[in-house]
Amino acid sequence: MSDQLIPDPGAPLTPSGNLRRRQLVSRAAELAATAAAVAATAVLAIVIWTVASRGIKAIDLGFVFTGYPTGVGPMLLGTIVISLLATLIAMPVGVLIALFLTEYAGARGVRGMKLVLDLLNGLPSIVLGLFVFALLVDHKQQSGFAGAVALAIIELPLIARGSQEVLLLVPKGLREASDALGVARWRSVLTVVLPTALGGIVTSTVLAVARAAGETAPLILASSVFDPKSFTANPFEALPNVPVWIYKLSEEGNPEGFTEAWGMSLLLVSFILFASLGARALLARSKRKLSS
Amino acid sequence: MSTVSPTAVQVSGRAGRMSPLRKRADLVGDRMLFGVCLLASLIAAGTILLVGYQVVHGASPAISKFGFGFVYETTWQPNFGTFGAGSLLFGTVVTSAFALLVGAPIAIAIGLFLTLLAPRGVRGVIGPLVELLAAIPSVILGFWGLLVLGPFLQAHVEPFLHDTLGFLPIFGAPETTGLSVFTASVILTIMVIPIIASISRDLFHSVPRELQDGASALGATRWEVVRGIVLPTTSNGVVAACILGLGRALGEAIAVSQVIGAGSAIQASLFKSGDTLASRIALQFPGALTELHKASLYYCAVILLVISLAANLAASWIGRRFSYGGAVNW
Repeated sequence: MSDQLIPDPGAPLTPSGNLRRRQLVSRAAELAATAAAVAATAVLAIVIWTVASRGIKAIDLGFVFTGYPTGVGPMLLGTIVISLLATLIAMPVGVLIALFLTEYAGARGVRGMKLVLDLLNGLPSIVLGLFVFALLVDHKQQSGFAGAVALAIIELPLIARGSQEVLLLVPKGLREASDALGVARWRSVLTVVLPTALGGIVTSTVLAVARAAGETAPLILASSVFDPKSFTANPFEALPNVPVWIYKLSEEGNPEGFTEAWGMSLLLVSFILFASLGARALLARSKRKLSS
Repeated sequence: MSTVSPTAVQVSGRAGRMSPLRKRADLVGDRMLFGVCLLASLIAAGTILLVGYQVVHGASPAISKFGFGFVYETTWQPNFGTFGAGSLLFGTVVTSAFALLVGAPIAIAIGLFLTLLAPRGVRGVIGPLVELLAAIPSVILGFWGLLVLGPFLQAHVEPFLHDTLGFLPIFGAPETTGLSVFTASVILTIMVIPIIASISRDLFHSVPRELQDGASALGATRWEVVRGIVLPTTSNGVVAACILGLGRALGEAIAVSQVIGAGSAIQASLFKSGDTLASRIALQFPGALTELHKASLYYCAVILLVISLAANLAASWIGRRFSYGGAVNW
């Protein structure tokens, strides 16, 4: 009894026995979690380092601006055209869906629409490829437009979700002020709500584009038989594009082709990294501004 | 135009004073905006149905020829007109299960690190970096897997696993190339981690601070707080996140087709070549000659579509009770 009331003054201050074991377990868990984070970052660093160090050898002005075999200009042009077209299709629809979610839909509508967006987002891209093939390519011909439709379906849920988040942040006061002045719903949406959220909507769109620009699976079926020498921007024929060309070169197993593929990978990865990092920073800033 | 603008100025007070013209414009405008928004939403919903219809329609010759047996039949011989997706389904399940079994614990650990351990500055750097891992296009990851990761695994990791754990049939003798189910699984693991990590990080952020502090005050160690408070309160969401990651792994075509070696047999060893549903479509559809071959590949897409829709429905059903709204940062 007295042992418990009066602790041994000579006992060490470090924990022992059960407490010691528990602290060791906790310590080990912390180390494991840190190691996991370090490992993931290391993988990213290794991938980017490989792409950068091998790709930089291929890149010069001619590589960017001339056609095959000295450069990949047509592929870059085609990817830009396809991505722009996809965004032109996806952005209006996505923003309207976001407006529907924030302005009109009731609780059930929101839940249903969110499920639809989740399902759209979960569709494997190769299935989308077969879809546009069946819809737009089969018995006709491959086209950049068909690829753009597939990419638009990939971008759509991302743009809708992102825009909805920003629209929800538009201060209630602005909306109420507009209502108090007797402004009709559609006018206040178009002249007050959308302009306030515009920055955020654009940056979510950029994030979606960065996501879709490297998508390969649908383009293999929609826009893969092209002439890598000629610059073309006509979306109603097969457009040369970067992802499919990287894929083809990687399948061929020719060292010079590999260098070219690394070069294109570097261009694509740097576009994606800068676009997503920049858009992320801007998005965080405009969200902070809206919610403050 | 000039008749409208003066009336617009008058509209400063009660709605009753509004000109009929403007009133009608507002009525029409309101209806129009609502109509367009509704239309856009219906287009999105219709797209899913249309995708389902087109894919099933494309598969119909194969469905009527092979029936449900296609799903477990394992012979795939385009020259003889016999098709069965059994071995592809096997490859899909093995690679995705590997990716999830290895990736999910790592991803959850990263989520915990980012919410509970990392100082603010580190968190602001590592969080976005992990998400950037998801932004790397699959074709580039696959290309890297083909030229860098595959040879490395074949030369170092596979012999090591074979020597130490070779009594397990899944760690058979390494092949001469790095093209194997194992390499594909590792690539899928890398793809799955950022998805699960970013969702679970947001989940862990939402755990009430008081609960954690309360546990700490009672003497729980950090790990005990995680085991006792953080994980139990978010378990639904974490499971949903894992299912979303699984859906991603199941449907990945390009990167897998680059590194898996396109074998057709079911083999116990992870170090042999294999194939998945998605990668078989990517590899063979552009060169498919007969209608039946195409239809069989469509049939594979039907299976994929069913699995991915089921996975997403399951995730949203499980996650509904725990709303992670807005947390999903694909």
